[in-house]
Amino acid sequence: MKFSLSWLKQYLETEATVEEIAAKLNAVGLEVEGIEDPTEKLAGFRVAKVLTATRHPDADKLQVLSVDTGEGDPLQVVCGAPNARAGMIGVLGLPGATVPANGLVLKKSAIRGVESNGMMCSTRELELGEDHDGIIELPEDAPVGTAFAEYHGADPVIDVAITPNRPDCMGVYGIARDLAAAGIGTLNPIAELDLPGSFACPVEVRTDDPEGCPAFYGRVIKGVKNGPSPQWLQERLTAAGQRPISALVDATNYLMLAYGRPAHAYDLAKLNGAVVARRAKDGETVLALNEKEYTLDSGMTVIADDSGVHDIAGIMGGEHSGCGDETTDILLEIAYFDPERIARTGRKLNLTSDARGRFERGIDPNFLDQGLAHLTKLIQTLCGGEASEVVRAGAAPTTPKISHFDPALTEKLGGVSIKPDEQRRILESLGFSVVVEKAGFEKGWAVTVPGWRPDVDGAPDLVEEVVRIHGLDKIESVALPRAEGIARPTATPGQKLERRVRRAAAARGLHEAVTWSFLPQADADFFADGNGGLWALSNPISEDMKVMRPSLLPGLLSAAKRNLDRGASSLRLFELGRRYLRGNGGASDERMALGVVLAGEKTARGWATGKAVAFDAYDAKAEALALLAEAGAPADKLQVMGEAGSQFHPGQSGTLRLGPKNVLARFGMLHPTAAKAFDIDGPVALTEIYLDAIPGKKGAASFARTQYAPPALQAVTRDYAFLVPADLPAADLVRVVQGADKANIVSARLFDDFRGQGVPEGQKSLALEVVLQPLEKSYKDADLKAITDKVTAAAAKLGAVLRG
Amino acid sequence: MDYAATGQQALSRIEGATDLETVEALRVEFLGKQGSISGLLKTLGKMSPDERKVEGPKIHGLRESVADALAARKDALEAAALDARLAAETIDLSLPAPEAPKGTVHPVSQVMDELAEIFADMGFAVATGPEIEDDWHNFTALNMPESHPARAMHDTFYFPDRDAQEREMVLRTHTSPVQIRTMLAEGAPLRIIAPGRVYRSDSDATHTPMFHQIEALVIDKDIHLGHLKWTLETFLKAYFERDDIVLRLRPSYFPFTEPSVEVDVGYANEGGRRVVGGSGDAPGHAWMEVLGSGMVNRRVIEAGGLDPDEWQGFAFGVGVDRLAMLKYGMDDLRAFFDGDVRWLSHYGFSALDVPTLSGGVGTPA
Repeated sequence: MKFSLSWLKQYLETEATVEEIAAKLNAVGLEVEGIEDPTEKLAGFRVAKVLTATRHPDADKLQVLSVDTGEGDPLQVVCGAPNARAGMIGVLGLPGATVPANGLVLKKSAIRGVESNGMMCSTRELELGEDHDGIIELPEDAPVGTAFAEYHGADPVIDVAITPNRPDCMGVYGIARDLAAAGIGTLNPIAELDLPGSFACPVEVRTDDPEGCPAFYGRVIKGVKNGPSPQWLQERLTAAGQRPISALVDATNYLMLAYGRPAHAYDLAKLNGAVVARRAKDGETVLALNEKEYTLDSGMTVIADDSGVHDIAGIMGGEHSGCGDETTDILLEIAYFDPERIARTGRKLNLTSDARGRFERGIDPNFLDQGLAHLTKLIQTLCGGEASEVVRAGAAPTTPKISHFDPALTEKLGGVSIKPDEQRRILESLGFSVVVEKAGFEKGWAVTVPGWRPDVDGAPDLVEEVVRIHGLDKIESVALPRAEGIARPTATPGQKLERRVRRAAAARGLHEAVTWSFLPQADADFFADGNGGLWALSNPISEDMKVMRPSLLPGLLSAAKRNLDRGASSLRLFELGRRYLRGNGGASDERMALGVVLAGEKTARGWATGKAVAFDAYDAKAEALALLAEAGAPADKLQVMGEAGSQFHPGQSGTLRLGPKNVLARFGMLHPTAAKAFDIDGPVALTEIYLDAIPGKKGAASFARTQYAPPALQAVTRDYAFLVPADLPAADLVRVVQGADKANIVSARLFDDFRGQGVPEGQKSLALEVVLQPLEKSYKDADLKAITDKVTAAAAKLGAVLRG
Repeated sequence: MDYAATGQQALSRIEGATDLETVEALRVEFLGKQGSISGLLKTLGKMSPDERKVEGPKIHGLRESVADALAARKDALEAAALDARLAAETIDLSLPAPEAPKGTVHPVSQVMDELAEIFADMGFAVATGPEIEDDWHNFTALNMPESHPARAMHDTFYFPDRDAQEREMVLRTHTSPVQIRTMLAEGAPLRIIAPGRVYRSDSDATHTPMFHQIEALVIDKDIHLGHLKWTLETFLKAYFERDDIVLRLRPSYFPFTEPSVEVDVGYANEGGRRVVGGSGDAPGHAWMEVLGSGMVNRRVIEAGGLDPDEWQGFAFGVGVDRLAMLKYGMDDLRAFFDGDVRWLSHYGFSALDVPTLSGGVGTPA
């Protein structure tokens, strides 16, 4: 909401400076977004008199002026305006001044060989209007030498953000009221007008949709003469950011900006039959004033006549029945529309307008007659004409809201003590009426809410009114009561897990990325794995941000791709975040996961290590195992199994499971098809850990570790090499060996996988280092042989043969 | 016998030995079983006691001096050999050592941890809720019935889906629905923060369709605006680790709070960067909006299953990404979500930068 200071002062008697007003606006909750001070804009422009005007020696259309600036010798200025002539008074821009319209900084120059010391300006160049046919002509008595800003009556423009609860402040008058209540000046009352018509309204006005349009008032004015509105009105509208159109249109806009009261003027000649507020028919269309066609439905209220829809009620008028220069007779519409209906319609049509902004906030239902009278008066002043009687269809909901208010609540909720008298003064100056001892309100006050404040509903709202006018800066800080002792831990187990895993990943050399929760449809589909449907937005911001991610990997792959395109040679990225699946009862099922993407070089070429080494599936496995261990998963019980998913290289990927069903992680190399889809060259290793699948710790947390009991005897190490079928997973052999003699075997570690010379075709040699722990006495040869026999026997079940 | 001459001769031969083999050969020659000096020692047994008294010390003296000389020579040769080996083993230590990759924690995560630490000290527990929300939790329960103009202002992302209760599913536009969920689940009194991702259908230089918020909610018996003001001041002072934080509270409007308060913080422009601190009205300073807050609306308390005549409190929500930018000096919000390793290396944090109150929550540059 923009308005000029002079407009504000029409309603508010005040000596306050624009700075003081701005500070108070902020203080009462009308946030100042900007102040445009034309004094700054017009700095360097001066009232100046043309003394002589002669033809430019080398240009037909240019004149060389001698201009009196009020001081020193006259300046020579070259000017192309047809109206420039000796004796006229205009506006001269001096060297150094910036032309507001185009940002050009004026300087002394030569135009076709003739020196020019400034520029005589047009209205448009100074952004004071549209006129660019010639330079500004000021009256003869304009004081030569005065700063033009001063002469022009520099009128600062204040831009205020109006919160959605304040329809009253969508008009300058409402803003003046707030300021007056807060001690900035005195509010002038709105004149009560009585403008009876001189003939019966010739148009029938009706509301067939009393729900959407409870009240529809109208009157005809005959014999108006439309045209440009006067300068003062154009200036006000321009300052308010509204383009002047014609006197009739400008008058309705003026009413809206002054009092927050939208109205509409129809060209009577373009109407046909009764003018009715009704529900639109499904599929009915209207060409609105913004020259776009809208298709309506039966949930929307429109104003229509026998020939069709003329107005999307309360939102935008129609192109066909608007007023133009040829208009002579008009029908004025002033109505009350249901705020919810307006909001819904506006949202459905995706159509915003000044009228919608006001109607959906809620218009003062008591200001229909007076609004119409003020509009009539203004139009008659601007355009003449004869007004009919007012016809009124329906009635606006004018029953006032009365709130019970205990002034003690202000301190209880607001934390500031304000005397009841002052509280009452504030409320009354905002237009509330206060009855202190009404029957049934013994303990407090009965406060009647004015019609322009539909937002105020109940005592806390009144506290807000009192406190904001009193000043939030007067509230003292009060410490929150503190529990005794040291602050207690507050993080949830999930949060602790996330923190731990995040820092573990970073400590392992991975960079944490945060990528979008939404993906392109194709990426999401590719990673969906038939998990029961994806969440796809109805109104995505773009097709690339349409579907909620079912996996963290595609977002990371896209990030990897961008990095590689930027020339990164080695990428270690991870993300910790949610996957979005389908839950019960139509709810979402959001699960924490950690994704890792390793792309490019694992180690760069080096003097000691030779060529660069690319990441492989074992790197992905290492991340999975290390991070799972940090996350508290029982690392020793994890089994490597298959079925990592179609996104992975089928022969170089796997899952880590607890038991056959519970997948804690998947890892491996990206499938070449996927790499192509993501447009990534070179191998990419991936890991995805499902944090939600990690079983929680059972029982209450205990700090004490189990007893430390190192064995008394030294452990013994034995190596075994087996010939096994080439396709036997090494982990199977390790597992059976480890389980062969649980009393003696502490661990078994695979240290060699050999194929080739000495190993038959279709087989491989796996070598294990087994650690044996004697308990009571040292091993004798017989003991060791017995253990070896058990190991050999266990391995034999997998077809493994001990090598000699 | 002239032991002295024998000794001299032996010692000079030992001295002349140039390798360990020669020293060993000399040891055998002199002190071995058949060695010359060993032989002299054997003669002592055949001597008379008087003779032995005279000769014994001489022979023993000879043996000792030769043994000492052998040991000394051996040590010297070994030391020289070691020196020679070490000299041969010299490497160029200006060559680069093996490198370990350096990872980072994202600034958003780091700041979330910082905030959790600060609020833990004030007794706020952490609560969470879904990001794919139903419109009752996201709007209606927060006093934004359908067609409320504030709904339109939220630039909401919608799903075509409805839940079992026919509620429209949306991406949560703020972390405030967690207020409702927590009140319903835990009752009162309550002190929580709810961090997480939120979504608005908005994208330009300073807005991204996804960003992070942290919500705070206090519900108790006698909580008022003064407590809100103190909490905000305290948290911002702790977060920026500055005592000169000045807040400006402006009345505003949020459907879920009444009264509603928008909060500005004073800052100075230093070298093109906003540095929080000081009054916004001081010379060279200005105000910047940092968060929205207010006393929880009675209808919201009711929607949370509590009696608004008994319970009251405050709530506020603050943008985590913006807090991160203000403290650590990033200037482009969009870069937060790009995953550019150059940016992550530059602005990210070490795994060991764990925020603690005792160490100060922030990590200096």
